[in-house]
Amino acid sequence: MASDSFSEEWASTFVRVLKDNNVDLVTYIPDNVLRPLIDAIEADPYFTVVVPTREEEAVAIVAGAYMAGRRGITLMQTSGFATIANTLASLACPFQLPVVMVISERGTLGEFQLGQSMVCRTMRPVLQSLGIENFAIQDKSQVEFIAGNMIRQAFATKTPAAIILSPLLTKRPH
Amino acid sequence: MSVIESTTSRHTAKVMNRSALTRRLVAKLNNEEAVIGGIGNSNFDLWASGQRPQNFYMLGSMGLASSIALGVALAQPKRKVFALDGDGSILMQLGSLGTVASVNPANLCIILWDNGLYQITGSQKTLTSRGVDLVAIARGAGLAQSEWAQDEEHFEALVDAALNQDGPRLISVRIDGEKPAGTTDRDPARIRINFMRGLAESSNPV
Repeated sequence: MASDSFSEEWASTFVRVLKDNNVDLVTYIPDNVLRPLIDAIEADPYFTVVVPTREEEAVAIVAGAYMAGRRGITLMQTSGFATIANTLASLACPFQLPVVMVISERGTLGEFQLGQSMVCRTMRPVLQSLGIENFAIQDKSQVEFIAGNMIRQAFATKTPAAIILSPLLTKRPH
Repeated sequence: MSVIESTTSRHTAKVMNRSALTRRLVAKLNNEEAVIGGIGNSNFDLWASGQRPQNFYMLGSMGLASSIALGVALAQPKRKVFALDGDGSILMQLGSLGTVASVNPANLCIILWDNGLYQITGSQKTLTSRGVDLVAIARGAGLAQSEWAQDEEHFEALVDAALNQDGPRLISVRIDGEKPAGTTDRDPARIRINFMRGLAESSNPV
């Protein structure tokens, strides 16, 4: 990565990483922090986009697509992740399905709502207890390396992965 | 009289047998159609009907058969895809019917087995035993081609329509409380590998 890529907005880098890795199916549950990425994906005909009603559906759709030969990714926020432990534990993990989740981290570094900060604290313990690879991206210069490598590792090892978008990336001016 | 009360009412539908109808369905699958078997008895009877490589057997994630099937349908639009699920399961994920309607996949058919029971946990009653109509819900969610199978012949005709016409389609079937004809081997890695092989080695253009 050249230093000039640091000027690129994180969402633009992310779209490039998805294309570089042939990920063309995106399921998401709306989230304001994810909006730059959602807007970029919705505006790009490369992607097939499905907006289901729950994160469980979003995970199951990309799981099914993977088994039929198409690479997908799913976008959600922390509170949405808190609803899918059973789907991960009974579908993605035991069936060895590379469900790649992009989770915008809400509930820390300036949260104003207690419920959000409490549910945020459940995220890493759940990921760790399920043995799911996870990294938080904190700077836009890291997007290509972390997201790209996590996507490639997930598909190579047939395991789910959680790419966490820290407020250091999405809220901090840089 | 509403559409629901016409020829496709739950009240006029014959109570049939899941195992027998699963076999009738599978007998019609001549083009390597994918079948996603929902948790419990839905996939136990699918397993007992013969272990086609294009079958996927869920071991958990209750209610998500239609969502997994939607993913398969999106990945391989030229292959017909069936989801088999129970009333108790789909009642947990009613939003998924709207998701299917919004995507509008021509190659997806959802079959719902409705005996009004959480049969596998001791036959406690589900909401459908108290008047909730899954076909009415499906139509309200935007799945216009949703019907109650009135008897075995009607079920077969609806399956033929799913195979030969554009979907999405939903077939709801009233069934009895008989036990399934078998039990799926709980080996998720093998199930996934067999299914992926079954979809990859197809002579079907995808």
